[in-house]
Amino acid sequence: MAPKIKALIMEARDMDRALTRIAHEILERNKGIQDLVLIGIKSRGEVLAERLAAKIKAIEGTAVPFGAMDITFYRDDAGTHKPEKAPSPTDLPFDVNKKKVVLVDDVLFTGRSARAAIDQIIDFGRPTSIQYAVLVDRGHREFPIHADYVGKNIPSSSKEKVLVHVKEKDGKDEVAIAEAEEKE
Amino acid sequence: MTWKSKDLLTLEELSAAEITHILDTASSFKEVSTRSVKKVPALRGRTVVLFFHEPSTRTRISFELAAKRLSADILNVQTASSSLVKGETLIDTLKTLESMTIDALVVRHKSSGVPQMLANITKATVINAGDGSHEHPTQGLLDLLTIREHKGKIEGLTVTIVGDITHSRVARSDIRALNKLGAKVRVCAPPTLIPMGIEKMGVEVFHDLDKALSGTDVVYVLRLQLERQKNNLFPTIREYSMMYGVNNERLKRAKKDAIVMHPGPMNRGVEISSGVADGPASVIDEQVTNGVAVRMAVLYLLQGESNEKPS
Repeated sequence: MAPKIKALIMEARDMDRALTRIAHEILERNKGIQDLVLIGIKSRGEVLAERLAAKIKAIEGTAVPFGAMDITFYRDDAGTHKPEKAPSPTDLPFDVNKKKVVLVDDVLFTGRSARAAIDQIIDFGRPTSIQYAVLVDRGHREFPIHADYVGKNIPSSSKEKVLVHVKEKDGKDEVAIAEAEEKE
Repeated sequence: MTWKSKDLLTLEELSAAEITHILDTASSFKEVSTRSVKKVPALRGRTVVLFFHEPSTRTRISFELAAKRLSADILNVQTASSSLVKGETLIDTLKTLESMTIDALVVRHKSSGVPQMLANITKATVINAGDGSHEHPTQGLLDLLTIREHKGKIEGLTVTIVGDITHSRVARSDIRALNKLGAKVRVCAPPTLIPMGIEKMGVEVFHDLDKALSGTDVVYVLRLQLERQKNNLFPTIREYSMMYGVNNERLKRAKKDAIVMHPGPMNRGVEISSGVADGPASVIDEQVTNGVAVRMAVLYLLQGESNEKPS
């Protein structure tokens, strides 16, 4: 059963403005694109990382490398929880050593995905720094993790679902809050 | 897809969707083996026992590497160096292992059905690494992954399996999985090496290699089990090689873009010529690479479900 939408939080142009702002913030904080790389957490973080890379290129005139990571095998419940979908390969077309990595994801919730992503990056090398950009921060952290760049803070109940749709995967750009799904 | 079974005993018991899910998962694991740190923490703290009662190099090493790349701990128990030589039964050995709390058991045995028997009495995950002439499911899966990578799909392909079908667990796993995913399977060998009633598995039987290879997408050459030669199933190795050995001349009858596979170890110059084995159509090395990825996927998918049932 599809979850019931309670409220539409962001439309396509809101998402685009938020990403434009984040692109500027990343450039401001890192003083340009020297050693900068973007890594999206699959699957929607990958799309957002690609869009941020395009925006940064439009602003600075130079492309910034971006890659995508599947964190399934690094999840803290990897031993007991199997996702419905088969994981997809990690694709990092650059060396992370001595890079300023910006990790990109759609929603920051418990912080567990970020922990898994950071662990995986460390297995690939030793970056100078790891920063964290998310389109939506919905609160309810379980780990000591915070985002450096946030598109929008959305206070939510831990039982609600925050749905991020991107047109590359879902046919439309939008962020919505949905009713909690019934537990099986 | 959620995984229901705790074991992988045969490909017969899997659905097409389950097989595809394993192959998709294996594709992701393949990338892990290309990293400089070839390890992910998915099975950290789990204990995998490699319980091999028949000589094996590549399957055992492949499973061992797969488990190590998932961060599991490995125990190797082999017949020659275990209490089995002191007369302990297989079941007692298993109970001993189980008392030390193991999570998964990878079993190779010369008798068909041993993994099933062990799976019925243990809570641990049991993975069949080849039982008698019954099945070798992970070999079947790695073969399918290799075919899919080259042909983009399995459905509609014609696959010709050449060699000793009677004694081949590889052939049985391949035939079952290929049929489920919609490929047409031909088998080709002298009548003494083809079991009665094999047509019921959904294959077309050939005794003439040239006809069997005609228009085929995949040529799968089985190892001639030379140790069986004393049963007089074929007159001489030389005659077998002349009639059923795959060489470049005979390969011309297959499709231009046909691939050649072999589960190893090869008897060069018997069932396959060096020209074919090392030629452009050969994907034998890729089969070995895919073996590790497929075994990582199987270990990963099966582990956990047995210990923690969803509430």
